[in-house]
Amino acid sequence: MAQTSTQKKGVGSVIWEYLTTVDHKKIAILYLIAGGFFFALGGIEAMLIRIQLAVPNNDFLSAGLYNEMITMHGTTMIFLAAMPLLFAFMNAVVPLQIGARDLAFPFLNSMGVWLFILGGIFLNLSWFMGGAPDAGWTSYASLSIDSPGHGVNFYALGLQITGAGTLMTGINFATTIITMRAPGMTYMRMPLFTWTTFVAAILIVFAFPPLTIGVFLLMFDRMFGSNFFIVEAGGNTIIWEHLFWIFGHPEVYILILPAFGIFSEIFSVFARKRLFGYSAMVFATVLIGFFGFMVWAHHMFTVGLGPTANAIFAVATMAIAVPTGIKIFNWIATIWGGSIEFTTPMLYAIAFIPSFVMGGVTGIMQAAAPADYQYHDSYFIVAHFHYVIVGGVVFGLLAGLHYYWPIMFNTMLNEVLGKITFVLFVFGFHLTFLIQHFLGLWGMPRRVFTFLDGQGYNAANMISTIGAFFMAAGVIILLINIVMTLVKNERVGTDPWGDGRTLEWSLPLPAPYYNFAQVPLVRGLDAYWIEKKQGDGKIIPAESVGDFHMPNNSIIPLIMSLGLFIASFGALYFADGKDWAIDAVSGLDAKPWALPVLVIGLGITFVSMGVRSWKDDLGYYVTKEEIEKDLEELERGAK
Amino acid sequence: MKNHWMKAKWIGLITVLMVFLSGCGKNHLSALRPAGEVGQEQFNLMILSIIIMLLVVVVVTVLFTIAVAKNRRSKKGEDFKPKDVATNHTLEIIWTSIPIILLIILAVPTVYLVFKQADTSASVTEEGEVNPEENVINVRAYQYWWEFEYPTEQVVTSQEMVVPTDERVYFNLMGVDVKHSFWVPATGGKLDTNIDGINSFYLVFDEDSAQESDRLFYGKCAELCGPSHALMDFKVQALPAEEYDQWLADMQAVEEPVQASSEDAQAGEEIFADSCMGCHATTPTGSGAMGPNLTNFADRELIAGYLEHNEENLQEWIRDPESLKPGNKMTGAYELNDEEIEAVSAYLMELSVEEGSGDVEALEESRQANTSEDEGSEGEEESSENDEEEGN
Repeated sequence: MAQTSTQKKGVGSVIWEYLTTVDHKKIAILYLIAGGFFFALGGIEAMLIRIQLAVPNNDFLSAGLYNEMITMHGTTMIFLAAMPLLFAFMNAVVPLQIGARDLAFPFLNSMGVWLFILGGIFLNLSWFMGGAPDAGWTSYASLSIDSPGHGVNFYALGLQITGAGTLMTGINFATTIITMRAPGMTYMRMPLFTWTTFVAAILIVFAFPPLTIGVFLLMFDRMFGSNFFIVEAGGNTIIWEHLFWIFGHPEVYILILPAFGIFSEIFSVFARKRLFGYSAMVFATVLIGFFGFMVWAHHMFTVGLGPTANAIFAVATMAIAVPTGIKIFNWIATIWGGSIEFTTPMLYAIAFIPSFVMGGVTGIMQAAAPADYQYHDSYFIVAHFHYVIVGGVVFGLLAGLHYYWPIMFNTMLNEVLGKITFVLFVFGFHLTFLIQHFLGLWGMPRRVFTFLDGQGYNAANMISTIGAFFMAAGVIILLINIVMTLVKNERVGTDPWGDGRTLEWSLPLPAPYYNFAQVPLVRGLDAYWIEKKQGDGKIIPAESVGDFHMPNNSIIPLIMSLGLFIASFGALYFADGKDWAIDAVSGLDAKPWALPVLVIGLGITFVSMGVRSWKDDLGYYVTKEEIEKDLEELERGAK
Repeated sequence: MKNHWMKAKWIGLITVLMVFLSGCGKNHLSALRPAGEVGQEQFNLMILSIIIMLLVVVVVTVLFTIAVAKNRRSKKGEDFKPKDVATNHTLEIIWTSIPIILLIILAVPTVYLVFKQADTSASVTEEGEVNPEENVINVRAYQYWWEFEYPTEQVVTSQEMVVPTDERVYFNLMGVDVKHSFWVPATGGKLDTNIDGINSFYLVFDEDSAQESDRLFYGKCAELCGPSHALMDFKVQALPAEEYDQWLADMQAVEEPVQASSEDAQAGEEIFADSCMGCHATTPTGSGAMGPNLTNFADRELIAGYLEHNEENLQEWIRDPESLKPGNKMTGAYELNDEEIEAVSAYLMELSVEEGSGDVEALEESRQANTSEDEGSEGEEESSENDEEEGN
């Protein structure tokens, strides 16, 4: 049962609360903690990669271990760090921004976070259980079928579990934004972060099924004796590349669009000016999402799809530059004539524009297919996508972390430490990745565990490694900042940045577990700003105080996810030693217990699904009296 | 004062240019030093796109810097109330249409080159045979080595490909075990060697650039293919057309393996026949073998594709290939003691093809003959390849 935060609770009950919670604000914190943990893990992997590549012919990591490292770095950063961290901010902010009391499907939300956490743990257990996946985060079929041992099995099963969670979250946010907006919050009054979350959620709904299918085929080839990608048996490996990139390209937009949203909010708030060209921004977001599905084959220009396909996908890819350009120019127009305050989030937003433009233009350079024959699979590509994903998404996450920290934890991160992190991280980022463009053009392929002396790569790689250490230093200072802030625990009140424009800033901090005592009435874009300028700074309620319904906490999502987690171990070892299995595992000892584990795990999931289906859980009502009491208390606090 | 500034500016500019020029990488290796028609076209497209994109970056950066610098709150004061502007249609139209125009400028040559560079129709005759008039090389990529077959001349070699300069060379690419990607950065972009089918493209190797690079270009595998992906290098020796023909004729002339001369090497030859012959051929025939063809091993530049070519490295390689190329298929395929390894390496170091031993006229004849004989044999070749794959 939900409790007010004023009551003291034991550690056990806090843990139980978080294991069972369906409250979007607490789920946001779960996403933040788990995503942050995996971000650190992926960062450590990145550092090991850069140490290995600091000097030629290095033997810090062996060839095989290096391939495991790059695979896990990519997979972790995309699936277990960047996306969950964005989900953290979506969960924390979107319901508040649209004036809702929770997501449309709170139970599903909890399910999503636990599937992600358990899938991520499963994937990373591979380090301790015979080796991590080593076929790259793209896991191209011929190599992923060839890869010996269980590494790629961990990849397939881990992604299947987290992917299911992501799909649920996508459905949840799309539904929430369509159905749960407060009165007056029309589509064209939604804050940009809500808009980008909405488009990203729809992209998830369409992009994750191809990944699920691709990974299912891979699972069945590796664990259950099918032949989808086995060429001698009539399979085809190019299909994997198509499925992966039909997912993979929209995935880039699933990551970058919410980051765009965060930046749009930040620009507007810290320039004290309404977003310039709101409708153009919305239109551009939708267009980027739409085009995102028609360009996947630009990742495959060198596969040999033929000139017609290459030409079409080249031109389609170039088209994406137009809506992206619209966004960039509208952001510039937003701060033009504004009053800019250089807070840490604003600094990231300012650094984002040139960094992301760099990544964007190299993207267009790659759209010129014949030139891409040179760039493809070289360090140029590594530089490009890090410019987009670090310069766009990670800057967005760091900006969002500082910006939304008060909403999530009711305290403010230290601005001085925040700015030190900013300087170290941004400087380190450019030092690491700018030079990699040149490495690629000088002929250095990506995913190489070492490089030979005398090819002219030495100095550039050393520079790149030094840059990585600056980034690491920035992240360490950020961690210190977080710990200090949590220990000090200096509470802040409503609208801590002072210039909040949207509904989430109108709430008292900490926000009540039901968010809004009365559902707000939205009178225009930047609802809170309007009330500040035209009214008394208080949001007008759209309803009188009355009872409303809230969902019960539940442990079932965790148990259901745990079932799949257990079943995965059964599937993982199922093909060992079987004569129909692929060469990669057929020589291993047979594991007779694999099938029972698989069955038990699936059984747990199905039984908990049954319990959920047949046992009514009607939730509870927050009574009028309780809300009136809370409102009174608030009133007294204000005085 | 102003003069000093000007000077400093010029020095700065020159330094930047110097860094940029020296930043073009190595002759034999860099995409920024194009060494042939294909690479040059791609380089030109890169330059066009870089110019357009630099324009974009500069415009955005300038506008953005002005916007940030002019609108600081510290400058405008705490009380300044910015005017909310919803939008401006003229501006929106300008920054939508200018990028479209820039992209069209880039799209036209892109589409043109995509089609031009994919045109390999000259490499096959109307009947679908390899065209004997053209230089055609079949490339097979293995974990972690390369096989090069000259189908018209029926010559097979590995690790070091020989090509003629100033002529189009057509490549038919295929991966045998997993997907690799064939890349000679100096002469053009890459193309994947799929295991599902054959990919074709062409490259041109300029005589002038070849001379500047000591006639050796570096080739690399560009697609992650396993632990030793980074070490899957190969070399391209670009020779003038006549020397190229002579090389092919010399190779063709090798009908029997080179006979060992020294005592060590003779012992080595026997050991080789027992332990190595199963995978490695020493005559330039038989494409699709388990291991690299070693006919002209002693003439090559590198051992295992990346080590200096000397006996010490060769012995080290035979002794423990796993330590030099992790995940290779040679490890554990034989058992040799140190003495035997020395003998085998002595033998391998004698595997040289005598320059000028072949008859170029005979080569020409064989080119004609092979094509007339070959009619209808394409299917056979395909099926034999399939057999081997299943065997693996």
